[in-house]
Amino acid sequence: MAPLLEVRNLTVAFDTPSGTVHAVNDVSYTLEEGETLGIVGESGSGKSVHALSMVGLIASPPGRVVAGEVLFQGRNLLTLPKRELFEVRGKEIGFVFQDPMTSLNPVLTIERQIAEPLRRHFGMSALAASNRVVELLELVGIPDAARRAKQYPHEFSGGMRQRVMIAIGISCNPKLLIADEATTALDVTVQAQILDLVRDLKRRIGTTVIWITHDMGVVAGLADTVQVMYGGRIMERGPVRPVFHDPRSAYTWGLLKSLPHGGKRGVTRLYQIPGNPPDLTKPPLGDPFAPRNQFATARCHTEVPPLLDVAGSTPGHKVAAWYDLRAELAGQAELTGQEGQP
Amino acid sequence: MKSFFLALIKSRAGLFGFLLVTVFVLAALLAPYLGLPSPTRSNLVARMAAPTWTGIFSPGAHPLGTDELGRDVLSRILHGSRITLAIAAASVVLGGIVGTLLGIVAGYYRGIVDRVLMRVVDIQLALPLMLLALLVVAALGPSTRNLIIVLALTSWLRYARIIRGQVLALREREFILSAHAIGAGTWRIMIKHLLPNVMTPALVIATLELARIIIMDAALSFLGLGVQPPNPSWGRMLADGRVYISTAWWIVTFPGVAIVLTVLSVNLLGDWLRDYFDPKLRTMR
Repeated sequence: MAPLLEVRNLTVAFDTPSGTVHAVNDVSYTLEEGETLGIVGESGSGKSVHALSMVGLIASPPGRVVAGEVLFQGRNLLTLPKRELFEVRGKEIGFVFQDPMTSLNPVLTIERQIAEPLRRHFGMSALAASNRVVELLELVGIPDAARRAKQYPHEFSGGMRQRVMIAIGISCNPKLLIADEATTALDVTVQAQILDLVRDLKRRIGTTVIWITHDMGVVAGLADTVQVMYGGRIMERGPVRPVFHDPRSAYTWGLLKSLPHGGKRGVTRLYQIPGNPPDLTKPPLGDPFAPRNQFATARCHTEVPPLLDVAGSTPGHKVAAWYDLRAELAGQAELTGQEGQP
Repeated sequence: MKSFFLALIKSRAGLFGFLLVTVFVLAALLAPYLGLPSPTRSNLVARMAAPTWTGIFSPGAHPLGTDELGRDVLSRILHGSRITLAIAAASVVLGGIVGTLLGIVAGYYRGIVDRVLMRVVDIQLALPLMLLALLVVAALGPSTRNLIIVLALTSWLRYARIIRGQVLALREREFILSAHAIGAGTWRIMIKHLLPNVMTPALVIATLELARIIIMDAALSFLGLGVQPPNPSWGRMLADGRVYISTAWWIVTFPGVAIVLTVLSVNLLGDWLRDYFDPKLRTMR
């Protein structure tokens, strides 16, 4: 069966007064129906921009898609006429954004905002939409839904608003739900509730999900596949287990090492990846992570490594690296007599 | 509707403004049926009769006196309010709709559309409004319809300027991105998402503008470019009565009081409406 989404060589740039920012570079991957893909990376890694550019949501100018194809159910979204693209947005692909405090229109009732995609895409009557809104609110776990629907966003807490955002995102039963840092603005207990809700919804309605975050822990608990991005490129991707237990990219390894371990390690300071993210107006010639990578070889600085299957790991585990992280770590462990892996 | 009145009763200023506006509108609507003397029939025998409150219900009584041609001042004020309020309301609505929509368009599209519209606003702001109004009336000729057009013309740019600024800030907010993400087109975003967000400032400007337009209408009539005699208008009454202020104070005073009270009540009501339409303030009540 053809994959639900196939991204081929997606390249996105922003023309700014200080030069062209190469935000997304040659990103390719496929997403199967029903899969949950977790995309991780730090700020400026291109993870949000690549998702927004797929459905034409980046401001243009300054943003522009330089090259690539985004095949969604066989149709290239990047060349779709505007009118058809509007039909895809909200109906086929739902979005949940980062900040539930600002993503809802402050002067419209919750009901009107959830009903809007229903009325827009299905031409539902006000009454039918209103009934569906109450159903959706109940589905996302908002108590007293009929009364709450008539309220305004400021009468909801952050977690409740994010539930409303999710209700809007899934209102038209989209094939694909893209959550862009959907739990980042929430505190940890609320985040856990929202993640539970998403898992529950996935089980019930079987939506395919792209979950964009910078939190490795969220990905571990939610995703089937994880994709690590840096400098607008995919550094490593694969099923969650091999990527977390046997990372082959120095960047993934660094990210996992920087995770707090709940005091298990006593008073050791948290690991920190040295250096700063690359200046994407002047992207490095080779591997974007090379300048911060202690294992970088000469070739890393001059040539971009291709994303290739990792020999001897789980199928689907791919990495873009010229160096062999496992060999390097083994060598390091020999020298110091310590376990190098996190 | 019930909650509207409940909220209104709680606010003293709002209630006062609402009642006063209601009284003015009712008086204007009912003016021909109150059994008043004709506002245009002169009676030279009874010219400049002082206000008398004895026998107030008899046909010949003039509770607010008569003017220099012996016409009943009360009747002229009430009949004048019909024209004045209709003109003011029509120009506020016309100027408000045009100005708000152009402001949203300019702020949303930015670029060339915005620059052209805002330069037009700048040019018009550089011209004295009264001069512009005089020019247009002189060119088109004085009539009620032209007066409405002229007053709306002096009014739209205030909406456009302020609403444009608001929209420039609003369009970058995340909820507009959310609206794009659910497949809303440009028109839907402007009307369903941006317009409700700028209703509050638009309403505030409208109340200020209604007051300003009543005064401007009075000024134009005062200059003889507004409502044409013998039809009564408040500005005209001020203009004609000002000569007699030392001998017959009531001719000029009562239309003046009518203008002041109307402007005041509209401002009070507008202030309250603004709070009423703000969802954040609404739940606090």
